[in-house]
Amino acid sequence: MSDSGRPGLGWWLLILPALLLLLAFYVAPIVQVLAVSVTEPEMGLGNYERIFTSGSVQRVILTTLRICLITTVFALLLGYGIAYAITLASPRMKGWWILAVLVPLWISVLVRAFAWVTLLRRQGLINNTLMESGLISEPLPLVWNEFGIIVGMVHYMVPFAVLPMLSSMREIDPRLLAAARGLGASRGDTFRRVFLPLSMPGVIAAGVLVFIFSLGFYITPAILGGGKTLMVAEWISLQILDLIRWGLGTMMATMLVLAILVTLAVFSRIVDLRRIFGSGA
Amino acid sequence: MDGAHTPGPFGRGLAWATALYLVLPILIILPVALTDQRYLSLPQDGISFEHFRTVLSSPEWLGSIWQSFTIAIAATVLSVVAGTLCAIGCWRISRRATDLIRVLMLLPLIIPSIVYAIGLYRYFGPLGLLDRFAGVVLAHGVTGIPYVVITVSTALAGFDPRLEQAARGMGASLSQTLRWVILPRIAPGIFSGAIFAFIHSWDELVMVLFIASRDVFTLPRRIWDGINENLDPAMAAVAVLLILFTTLLLMADRALRRRSEG
Repeated sequence: MSDSGRPGLGWWLLILPALLLLLAFYVAPIVQVLAVSVTEPEMGLGNYERIFTSGSVQRVILTTLRICLITTVFALLLGYGIAYAITLASPRMKGWWILAVLVPLWISVLVRAFAWVTLLRRQGLINNTLMESGLISEPLPLVWNEFGIIVGMVHYMVPFAVLPMLSSMREIDPRLLAAARGLGASRGDTFRRVFLPLSMPGVIAAGVLVFIFSLGFYITPAILGGGKTLMVAEWISLQILDLIRWGLGTMMATMLVLAILVTLAVFSRIVDLRRIFGSGA
Repeated sequence: MDGAHTPGPFGRGLAWATALYLVLPILIILPVALTDQRYLSLPQDGISFEHFRTVLSSPEWLGSIWQSFTIAIAATVLSVVAGTLCAIGCWRISRRATDLIRVLMLLPLIIPSIVYAIGLYRYFGPLGLLDRFAGVVLAHGVTGIPYVVITVSTALAGFDPRLEQAARGMGASLSQTLRWVILPRIAPGIFSGAIFAFIHSWDELVMVLFIASRDVFTLPRRIWDGINENLDPAMAAVAVLLILFTTLLLMADRALRRRSEG
């Protein structure tokens, strides 16, 4: 029983299949393709120069940042509302609220984008209803533009915003809130001066999570943007599949990965990623 | 409930509005799929199951459903085997030594799939894995590992390590300990991980857009083409079938978890 305290070689062998699979078929393809950004079309940082010289590259980056920031703000606001209601709800209502968050989370992103197209397009349900009721005479441009992208992205991101906020709100002692009310604070004061500050760690974690997920988002912006408003992921795909400009595409992919890793590094003190993902299910 | 803090009218209104925003657009697909018209619309003079019949009798849709299903099953097996063993190994070996592996496991959840997809596009070419069943299974299986590692690790967190030491102390080999002591206790965690890995593969589109083209044409790929080319009610029928399928899987997961807890 000498090895009861120290795990033997056998336990390390258990890790091996997953480790080898990830190294050979996940890390290697990514490292190899990101290296292309400094080797094609020629060795050097020529592709990266384009960030400073090319108007179209700058436009894509700015569009992406703008859409991601707007998405993050709305996802946090709406997600906060739901997380707050879940935290304070009775146990029976809690289950229903959580269902409203989890069901969209697991339904195919394609199905959700399709639903939004059905609703928002020119002859869509919303425009048709508004036209029939005589409120508008021309269909509103609700999709195949930035508005449509944001509606669809916020819809996708709200559940990801709710989960970290919920886990941090659950740690708030309800007796603190009761005490504040008992001591004469109004409902608004109790929220602003007790609940909101205590829930801030969750809000920041949720913000980081939503922001990094939004940065590389492909399907929803591609469908709801209709090819007119390009975000980074769709732009990369365009460079590689249609224009065969590997150097430029991989340069942007590298910038995308860097942006995500830097964001995580900056917030790593406040945000424990493992906890976010651990509480995801 | 005297003194208890409850949300005010604004908070309650925001929560309700958000819940409707999350759920309604998904629910609206059902009446659209049952429309009696030939275009995407709400039913006019009654409901019709014609669009479901169209989908369920189309060899293209059925072929894609079958392909997606077999790919997802194979990828799930890969994720579950590798992920479960890895989670058990990490659990038994000290936290410090396996920190790097845990970080590595998070990468597929953090790095956008577009980056991985273009990597695979170039990597699979020389290996002859482009547009192959095995290539897609490998890509989906590898990226599904983290889901299994997370759910199995959560299940292991509630497991007393002394049980394992007792088994080993009484002479059980590593494989016997795994089979008779550890695996039965963490089966619900493995099952949850399998469901998530399955849904991950079943819904995955970005990688497929790059590494598959003609021979491998999964369901998400066909939906993608449908959305971009012809928006007809058959698409809504497919969407409804997908929603039903996902909901069934999640309910199975929930029921199993409740049984193992209760």
